[in-house]
Amino acid sequence: MADSGASFKRRQQPASFGRLHTFHGGLQLPGHCEVTAALPVSSAGIPPILVLPLQQHIGAPAECRVRPGDHVCKGQTIATAPGPISVPVHASSSGTVIAVEKRPVPHPSGLQAECIVIETDGRDSRQQADHAAIDYRHTEPAGLCELIQQAGIVGLGGAGFPTRVKLCNRSQRIELLLINAVECEPYISCDNRLLQERAAEVVEGVRILRHTVQPDVCIIAIEDHMPAAEQALRAALDAVNEPDISVTRVPDIYPSGGERQLIKILTGREVPSQGYPADIGIICQNVGTAAAVYDAVVRRQPLLSRIVTVTGDGVAQPQNMDVLLGTPVSHLIATAGGYTEDVERLLIGGPMMGYTAHTDSVPVIKTSNCVLAVTREEMPAPPPAQPCIRCAKCTDVCPAELLPQQLYWYARSNNYDAAQDYELFDCIECGCCAYVCPSHIPLVQYYRHAKAEIWTQEIQKKVSDTARSRHEAKQQRLARIKQERAERMSRKKQALSGDSGNKDAKQAAIQAALDRVKHKQKLAGTVPKNIDNLTVEQQRLIDAADRRRQQQHPGNKTTD
Amino acid sequence: MEFKTYSSPHLPVANNVAVMMQRVLLALLPGTICAFWIFGWGVIFNILLAGITALAAEAAILRLRNRPAFTTLRDGSALVTAVLLALALPPLAPWWIPVIGSLFAIVIAKQLYGGLGYNPFNPAMAGYVVLLISFPLELTLWSAPGAHLNFLDTLALVFTGQLPVGQSLDTITQATPMDSIKTRLGLSETLSEIHGSPLFGHFAGAGWEWINLWFLLGGLWLLQMKVIQWHIPAGMLGGLAAIALVFYAINPDIFSTPLFQLFSGAAMLGAFFIATDPVSACTTPRGRIYYGIGIGLLTYIIRTWGGYPDGVAFAVLLMNLAAPTIDHYTRPRVFGHGDRE
Repeated sequence: MADSGASFKRRQQPASFGRLHTFHGGLQLPGHCEVTAALPVSSAGIPPILVLPLQQHIGAPAECRVRPGDHVCKGQTIATAPGPISVPVHASSSGTVIAVEKRPVPHPSGLQAECIVIETDGRDSRQQADHAAIDYRHTEPAGLCELIQQAGIVGLGGAGFPTRVKLCNRSQRIELLLINAVECEPYISCDNRLLQERAAEVVEGVRILRHTVQPDVCIIAIEDHMPAAEQALRAALDAVNEPDISVTRVPDIYPSGGERQLIKILTGREVPSQGYPADIGIICQNVGTAAAVYDAVVRRQPLLSRIVTVTGDGVAQPQNMDVLLGTPVSHLIATAGGYTEDVERLLIGGPMMGYTAHTDSVPVIKTSNCVLAVTREEMPAPPPAQPCIRCAKCTDVCPAELLPQQLYWYARSNNYDAAQDYELFDCIECGCCAYVCPSHIPLVQYYRHAKAEIWTQEIQKKVSDTARSRHEAKQQRLARIKQERAERMSRKKQALSGDSGNKDAKQAAIQAALDRVKHKQKLAGTVPKNIDNLTVEQQRLIDAADRRRQQQHPGNKTTD
Repeated sequence: MEFKTYSSPHLPVANNVAVMMQRVLLALLPGTICAFWIFGWGVIFNILLAGITALAAEAAILRLRNRPAFTTLRDGSALVTAVLLALALPPLAPWWIPVIGSLFAIVIAKQLYGGLGYNPFNPAMAGYVVLLISFPLELTLWSAPGAHLNFLDTLALVFTGQLPVGQSLDTITQATPMDSIKTRLGLSETLSEIHGSPLFGHFAGAGWEWINLWFLLGGLWLLQMKVIQWHIPAGMLGGLAAIALVFYAINPDIFSTPLFQLFSGAAMLGAFFIATDPVSACTTPRGRIYYGIGIGLLTYIIRTWGGYPDGVAFAVLLMNLAAPTIDHYTRPRVFGHGDRE
C-alpha cells in the first residue's frame, strides 16, 4: 500500500505538468450517469441488418469496394480510403451485401448518405487466417501508423478525426501525449465503463500510442467522480509496472472533456485559434481510441465495434453496450428493453452537444458514444425565446471567452462581418450559453446558422471570384489579340506604303514574298500559279495599276 | 420510430427572466420594509401607484405594438422598474408624481425604444430624472424619519393635498441629510457641526443608514443567487469610497467620510439594483468594472459639487451613454488568441 501511495504521488506530479489550471466559464451539470456507470457492458449482439455509412469520420468519404450480392466476412475491408484524410470501412459481421444506397445516418442535418447495407448471417465468421500479433516495441512508428490507418481508427471521442493523421502528420516534437477519459457531458459513461472493464487493454493501447508518438510525458486524464475507473486504471498500470504514464483527475466541470479545455487544465497552454494541439507539442487521444489501437495492433482486428451508452428515461433498461458498428439504433433500444411509453426525443451524443435523430433507423457509427432517449419531463420542449436582456450570463460561462450576447446580436442582424470580428469561429458550440440564458434564446442555433451562412457566402465568393478572374483574363486576351493585330497591320503598312516613294524597296518586298512562295512551292513540289512567269506586258500592267492607285490615294496603302 | 428534432443543448434551461426579476423584487423587500418603517405609508403608496401605472402602460403599449401583453408582463421587468422608481421618490409626493414618472419610464424610456432588452437608458432613472428636473419642489417632500403620518392622513395628503389639522408642510417634512449638508456647507458650517443635528445617525443619515444597510443585504443575496455579478456593485461602491476617501483625507471639515457616502441617499440601491440593470449597463467583464467605477465617481462629483443633493440617477444615465463605447474597448481576449497578460 505504501508503495502504491508513493507511486500515486509520483503520478500526480509529473515533471513538467504539475499544477492543474482552470479554463474560463464552464458549468457544473447534473451527472445522470450513476446507473449506467455501475452496470457492466452488455453485448448488443448481431443485428439482422448492418448499415455502414461510407463517411463515419472527418475527411473524404471512403470508396465502396463491394457490390450488392457480395458475401463479406467479419473484418473485411468493404470501402477504402481515397486520400490521406480518410479511413477504410470494414464489415463488422459476416453476411451479404444487400444494397449500397442512401440511408438516414446520424448527422445533425438529418440528411441521408451513402451506406453499405449488410444482411448478417449470424455466423460472425472471420477472414481466413488472422495475422499474428505484432510486438509494437520492435516496430517503426510509421508501420504502427499504417496498421492504425488500415484498421479504420478515428477519434472515438466524438469528432472522428482519422487517428493516423493526428499521430503522423506533424513537424513538431511532441511533449505531451494526453489520453482523454473525461466524459464531461451528463449521461455518458462509456469511457468510464471501458476503463473499469478493459483497463489493461487501454494501458497497452496507450503504450503503443506512446511508442508511436515518442512524447516526453504521457498523462491519462480522468474525471473527479470516477473512482472505480481510476482504481482499475492504476491497478493496470501497476500490473505492467508502468510509472511513466500518470493518471490525473480533473474537476467535473463541463466542458473539461473538450480537447482544448482539457489541455488548458493540464498544461495551462492554449491551443491557438484555428490551430491544432500538435502546434503546441501536444497530442490528445480519446481513451476509446487507445483501446481500438490495442485491438488493431495486438489482436489485429480493425475497428468493428464500440461501447455506446444507451440511456435516458425513454429507454427501459439504461446500460452501456458493446455495439457492432452499423447496428441500427432501434436494435440497441430493443436490446435495452425498448422505449418507455412517454419517450419523445432521441439524441445521438450527449445532452449538451448531441443532436436529435428524426428516426431510430440510423446506425451506430464510429463516433457515436451515446444514444439518449428522453421523455418530455426529462427534457421539455424549450420555452419561447424572449428578448436578450444583455445579462452576460453567457459571457460568464463561455469557455472560449467569447461575448455570446454580441455574437447573437450580430448573427441575428445578419451582420456576419461583425460576428467574425467577434471570433464567431472560435465558438465550440458547447451550449453553455444557451443553457444559462434566462431569455431561453437558442444561441447555439444562431451561431451554427451564422457559420453556415458565412461558409456559403465564402463558397459563393470563391465562385464569383473565379468567374470574375476568368472574365478579366478573357478581356485581357481579347485586348492583347486586338493590339497584336493592329501592330501587325501597322508593320505591314510601314513595309508596304510607309516607304511608298522607294519603289525599289517595294519591289524588293514583293520579290522577297514571291521568292518565299516559290521556295515553299518548290519544297512542296507544286506547280507554280498565276503570278509566276509573268510576261513583260503583264508586269507592266500591274505596275501601271499600282502607279495609278498611288497617284489617286497617295496616303493609302496598297490593297491587300 | 419517428422523433421530433430540436437544437442542442437539450438539458432543460437553468434560468428564467421572470425568476430573475422576482428575485430582484424579493431582494428589495428588506430595504423597502425598512423604508416603510422609517418614512411611513407614503412608501407603499408610491410603489402601488408606480406599479399599477407601469403595468397598465406596458400592457397598453404592447397592445399598440401587437405584442403578446400577458406573457411579456409576466417577465416582471415593468414591475421592477416601477418599484425602483418608487423607492427613489419622496414618500409624501402627490399621487401624480409616481404616475408621471412611471409613465415616462415605461412608455418613453422603455417601450418606445423597443421594450425589454432594447432601452439604452435605465427606465427607472430616466423617469426619476424627468421628475427631478420638472417638479423639484415635489421631490423634496420627505417625511421626517420615524415621525410619519398615519395611513389616512397620508392618503389624504397624497391624493388631495390636504394636510392634517394643525400641521403645515414644514412640520411634517424634513430635509434629507444630504440636502442639509449641501445647504449648511453653503452657510460655512463644518461637517462636525452639521453632524450634530438629529438628522444624522450612527455613521450616516438617521434612518437612511438602515435603509441602505438592508439594501446592501438584499444585494448580497442577489450576488449569492447569481442574479447579478460583483463587477458593477464593487466598481461603483469602490469608486465612490475611493474618491470620498481622497477628499476626506484632504479636508474632513467639508468632505464627508467614505462610510457616509456609501450609506447615504441611493448608494446601495443604486449599486445593487439600479446600476446592475443589465440592459443599459456594460456587458464585458472588464467593462462592467469601469462602468461601476464611473457611476461611483460621477455620483460623488454630483453629490459634492453638483446642483442636486444625490447623483446616482444622473451618474447611471451618463454611464448608460458611455456603455457601448466601454464595451467596444474592453472586449475580452478570446481563447487561443495571443498571450494572456
